[in-house]
Amino acid sequence: MRITDHPLLPALSRREVRFSFEGRELVALEGESIAAALLAAGERVLRHHERTGAPRGLYCGIGHCLECRVWVDDVGTVRACTTRVEDGMSVRRSGFGGRP
Amino acid sequence: MRVDAVVVGGGPAGLRAATEVARRGGDVVVLDENPVFGGKLLGQLHESHAGGWWRGWEVAARLEAEARSAGAVLRGDAGVWALEPGWRARVADLLNRGDQPAAYEAGAVVVATGACEKPVAVPGWTLPGVMTVGAAQVLTNVHRVRPGRRALVVGIDPLALTVARQLALAGVEVVGVVLPPPLGLNADAGSVRATLARLGSLASLAPTPWLRMAAAALESGLARELAARVGPPGGVRVWGVPVHHRTALLEVQGDGRVERVVLAPVGADGEPVTSRRREVQVDAVCLSGGLMPLAELPAVLGCGFARDERLGGDVPLHGPDMESTVPGLFVAGDVTGVEGAEVAMAKGRLAGLAVCRRLGREVRDAEIEAARRKLDRARQEAKIEFYPGARQAAGAMGQRWREVAWVDP
Repeated sequence: MRITDHPLLPALSRREVRFSFEGRELVALEGESIAAALLAAGERVLRHHERTGAPRGLYCGIGHCLECRVWVDDVGTVRACTTRVEDGMSVRRSGFGGRP
Repeated sequence: MRVDAVVVGGGPAGLRAATEVARRGGDVVVLDENPVFGGKLLGQLHESHAGGWWRGWEVAARLEAEARSAGAVLRGDAGVWALEPGWRARVADLLNRGDQPAAYEAGAVVVATGACEKPVAVPGWTLPGVMTVGAAQVLTNVHRVRPGRRALVVGIDPLALTVARQLALAGVEVVGVVLPPPLGLNADAGSVRATLARLGSLASLAPTPWLRMAAAALESGLARELAARVGPPGGVRVWGVPVHHRTALLEVQGDGRVERVVLAPVGADGEPVTSRRREVQVDAVCLSGGLMPLAELPAVLGCGFARDERLGGDVPLHGPDMESTVPGLFVAGDVTGVEGAEVAMAKGRLAGLAVCRRLGREVRDAEIEAARRKLDRARQEAKIEFYPGARQAAGAMGQRWREVAWVDP
């Protein structure tokens, strides 16, 4: 899903960072949001609805709707769309399943 | 921590306001919940009125560098959760780092929080893979990740068409741009005829007039009726993207994620013809419901508001120096009306100068006048009015302000 060849946007050279999602080791690019890193890895489901368990993902992309909240170990609940992925981050889906 | 001024929002208006304050020796901090500065500039890519391409991230980098070199402090990952008169801005430490002030006391505040997208509620809209056009723009142009392989764009307005083009440039197969689900119809026959007359030459229109017209049609609530009566049944191509203005989205479907959309042609009565519904396979749906000012902070403070659809809805009532009805609370950028980045910068500059004056620093009348003229010019030069009539609405704001100021000086 990554765009590597764009007719107008300049190429970016970004360092790779390693993080995990639900225990799975993934590679992201420095500076990108958790949501973008997960989408690049094919992960669209960021949480499950607390009551119904229905899957939810990125919606507004600007931190306003709060649909994309995920759990980051040692930090807590963050918005995947406005939080940068960092080396060593452990990210989990939030909501259904007993996690805070 | 004590500062002279707090700016909430590090987009074009907030950065520009902070630069003005810092250049005149003011201690100013810009707070933004994003880790990076530039706001909605970061994803912007469209042809500019000066010719060539408007690359928003380059403008953002310049504004950020100017603010920093002037001496402004820029703090990201900082959500302002309360503004208390006097002033105190309380800040949420979003990453629990605990190494920054939890509050800033200041003599003046600039709220430059911008705008957000209005929701488009349609069955299936909570499925992962459904997102706003703004989210799709950030993924594509900032993070360089495709929102999907095959996408449908919903909503016919300048932002939706711009993002559809950006998706296509990034290699996403855009199956089309269609109307949102029906939300009722306001049939004003006179306006229908007037708009029909403009639509008559649709095929020969360049993208820009078409954009203005599309926005006008939707805002007047007539789009559906018009769509039923004019234009080729297969839609028109705008920037190579098929715009099906006689088709509406009915539903998004999929098992745990977006797998398909259900579309239907719009009949002569303005309603979708459900007997002719069809399914199209997609893995992403990008919704555009229009922009509205993001004005929670001024609202909580009891700031006076004025409603004007041409500005995107309810905006904080503000005077010629961008001060709201709450003394010391200034507003700038799209929170005062959706008018785009160049107008936002001009509003920020004016607000910054007014803050300096409020703080007791010397600002000559000629400087304020020059900033107002620059704002007028930015409005005149704006290539796309997101909502038609924004310029006139901004003028009407001045009249309303004078009425309020006269009643309650």
